[in-house]
Amino acid sequence: MITTAQVQPTKSPDRSILRERGQREVFCGLTGIVWLHRKMQDAFFLVIGSRTCAHLLQSAAGVMIFAEPRFATAIIDDRDLAGLANADDEVERMVAEVVQRRPNLRLLFLVGSCPSEVIKLDLSRIAARLDSRMSPKVRVLNYSGSGIETTFTQGEDACLEALVGSLCAAPSDAHPNLLVVGALADVVEDQFRRYFNAMGIERVSFLPSRRLDDLPEVGPSTRYLLAQPFLAQTSAALERRGANRIDALFPLGAEGTTSWLMAAAQALHIPSHRARAVIEGPAARARAVVDRWRSDLEGKRVFFFPDSQLEVPLARFLTRELGVKPVEIGTPYLHRAHLAQELALIPDDSVISEGQDVERQLERCRRARPDITVCGLGLANPLEAEGLTTKWSIELLFTPIHGYEQAGDLAALFQRPLDRQSRLKV
Amino acid sequence: MKLSLWTYEGPPHVGAMRVATAMKGVHYVLHAPQGDTYADLLFTMIERRPERPPVTYTTFQARDLGSDTAELFKSSVRDAFERFRPDVMLVGASCTAELIQDDPGGLAATMDLPIPIVPLELPAYQKKENWGAAETLYQLVRRVVPTTSSSETERRAAREAGSPPRCNILGPTALGFRHRDDTLEVTQLLKLAGIDVNVVAPLGATAADLARLGNADFNVVLYPEVAGLTAQFLKRHFGQPAVSTVPIGLSAVRDFLREIGATVGADVSTVIDQCESRMSWYSRSVDSTYLTGKRVFIFGDATHAIAAARVARDELGFTVVGLGSYSREFAREMRNAAKEHGVEPLITDDYLEVERAIEKLQPELVLGTQMERHIAKRLSIPCAVISAPVHVQDFPARHSPQMGLEGASVLFDTWVHPLMMGLEEHLLGMFRDDFEFGDGAKPSHLAHGGGEKAIPQKSEPEQAPVSATGSRETAWSTEAEQELRKIPFFVRGKARRNTERFATSRDIAMITIETLYDAKAHYSR
Repeated sequence: MITTAQVQPTKSPDRSILRERGQREVFCGLTGIVWLHRKMQDAFFLVIGSRTCAHLLQSAAGVMIFAEPRFATAIIDDRDLAGLANADDEVERMVAEVVQRRPNLRLLFLVGSCPSEVIKLDLSRIAARLDSRMSPKVRVLNYSGSGIETTFTQGEDACLEALVGSLCAAPSDAHPNLLVVGALADVVEDQFRRYFNAMGIERVSFLPSRRLDDLPEVGPSTRYLLAQPFLAQTSAALERRGANRIDALFPLGAEGTTSWLMAAAQALHIPSHRARAVIEGPAARARAVVDRWRSDLEGKRVFFFPDSQLEVPLARFLTRELGVKPVEIGTPYLHRAHLAQELALIPDDSVISEGQDVERQLERCRRARPDITVCGLGLANPLEAEGLTTKWSIELLFTPIHGYEQAGDLAALFQRPLDRQSRLKV
Repeated sequence: MKLSLWTYEGPPHVGAMRVATAMKGVHYVLHAPQGDTYADLLFTMIERRPERPPVTYTTFQARDLGSDTAELFKSSVRDAFERFRPDVMLVGASCTAELIQDDPGGLAATMDLPIPIVPLELPAYQKKENWGAAETLYQLVRRVVPTTSSSETERRAAREAGSPPRCNILGPTALGFRHRDDTLEVTQLLKLAGIDVNVVAPLGATAADLARLGNADFNVVLYPEVAGLTAQFLKRHFGQPAVSTVPIGLSAVRDFLREIGATVGADVSTVIDQCESRMSWYSRSVDSTYLTGKRVFIFGDATHAIAAARVARDELGFTVVGLGSYSREFAREMRNAAKEHGVEPLITDDYLEVERAIEKLQPELVLGTQMERHIAKRLSIPCAVISAPVHVQDFPARHSPQMGLEGASVLFDTWVHPLMMGLEEHLLGMFRDDFEFGDGAKPSHLAHGGGEKAIPQKSEPEQAPVSATGSRETAWSTEAEQELRKIPFFVRGKARRNTERFATSRDIAMITIETLYDAKAHYSR
């Protein structure tokens, strides 16, 4: 049987949320550059920031780079702070250097950081001026990935929001079209495109696109599906352009993917039997693969530290398809509207916490002694050393996990730490 | 502003974290936005430390900027003190907090905590990681050593007559390149020389240990980038001389012992005679003949690069063709060393400049950091890592020092391993036409990951590596191209480049077999 887009809310909508305020152990939004620059192949990300920003990027990007990266940091120095150097001129000089180094680049993001925000460097003005001069050969946009404004995946949200502003308007009489929003691995994007096409949805585009020239138009004819739960600002920007969001579960696991694909089919008036015919086989295959991991994971208790905002959909997948019990689901920010369907499927006895006070959360985690703790890289080894089994949350961003064909891989990501623990005799 | 694609050193507060994390009972409250906590993963993931660094970040956000970030800082200090009960607390700002000028030192001083508070002023827009580590150690030591007595010798506790001389080992930190192993190795070396170790700092030291630094007769400065400033202070304050030879390589180990002998007035000649390392025999053994005159390019922090140049020349018989460092603070030392080796010093923190230098020099071995390892891989040049910045590979499970007697042997193995073994190089030359002996065959000891499968199609022209001269005007005749294929593959790239350079300089449009051998004659001595 196939779950339809309308998942019945079974739990009380007014569940209490534990709100925490204290030291956070999370990346800032600059980190998104690590996957965004891989996705957008003719784009370049120029961070206007400090040595710390540069160091963060290279540390988060797997510590070392193997080829000249499509991102860089214009490191602010004393002369800039003392006002001896004109900020506009300096940024322009950096941009000229980047463009000279990368003659094929088409899209340049000026990315704001904590220092650039604090000294109130107006990157939007600089970007607009550069854009008017260099467009259409090179488009210049800006967004902030600063830690004072954005947490980890919110950097992608800010980036895509800037992209939405640059999209051309679709003609008012355009046919309804589908826009999938959120960076997905190319292989996943191609899978989804095949499903949509097979259902009869021919007009499908993805944001971000792999190349600048493939950016979609947007307008009242646009129905958009969020592929990621952290795109609040992008979503608002799309609404301002007249686009309408299709509400669904997020496409994690077989159930989520079915809900997501069927919601799109319904919104674009595809007969449900036609849509079902397309997804029936892949959905069954995904369920079968996920089921193979069920015996290893059923009844295990999982604790999420806040990281990517993927925590609620992941907890829903683990609960519903693998029988895992979430003890605490920490998330840096909870978007109740976008997550409404997801939250309805979270068990009532799971604590949902928003924000962080890392020391207090560590205490809760130690008391709970979960079977699996999902946390960032800074906490993983210390918790392992205390005897807890952990899963690095960043892997959930860098690995293709969306869609039917990846549902088994997603389950395996959670099973592997347990498997390893059971094998080791050291 | 300066465009940076990759950086050798982190910001100065990361240097402070390396000191705080190395020590016991120290806590660092860092006024910093969320996101700066990424630095924790350097210690927990790269170094695989089983505990979090002792750092509390205030993690202020935009909404806090409008209200009271100073109050947030104070409550973080209070909470950290209550929770961790450190013996001493470091307080400071990261790059962003430096701009909002909350004065962490001043704020903490008003809080009447019953422990020493050390304010750190680390200018993030001027200085870098090693400088931050050096400044932090210096400020900590200055704060906790006793300052009551006026005369420097009075401040030092007198050593009992007949007891062995004592020294402090200064410089090893968390996230240091083999600091853990070097410390152990040097401690053993000192024991051999009859020297007791009073305090190792910062690695493993408490504030109380720092307070008794004065009980030593002299200081051993293992890592001048971190401990140079502190050693100068201790010399002024206690009159403790500093031993500054860094014992990397066999000759340097002997010099190190001689310097200690001169410092404490002891005869160390018998100890020096006992200084044996397997590397000295291995280097003299016949298989090592092929190492003679191998052209080596060296880049790293100043201490490791300068030491490596000496080992390369004197203990392995290499020819140093390039020498450089990203440690601008040690530019003078680097210039002197480069002069001694007859090369131009390369002092830069731009890895692309290093890459250009390597490309131009075409060395046969690169000794560098992890970045030079990547550069060398791209250029198909063997490489060994000799210096920070560190990578998870630089924290091997086994004991693997760079310093002392064992360190000398580790250097031999590590640097020679990427090269062809002597006998193997000889055999490769002999059998190069054997059909099973394809160009893709790697030395047997390096055959990780199916290198054997990579036998290129003989019919396809070999793709020319990017020419150093940048000239693509000259063409190769079929005969010359075939002749080139007969040259062992590990020198073929160099032969190709030399021939092209030779042809370009003589305006030869078509390279023939004659040109090939003319060029060979031209470039051989």
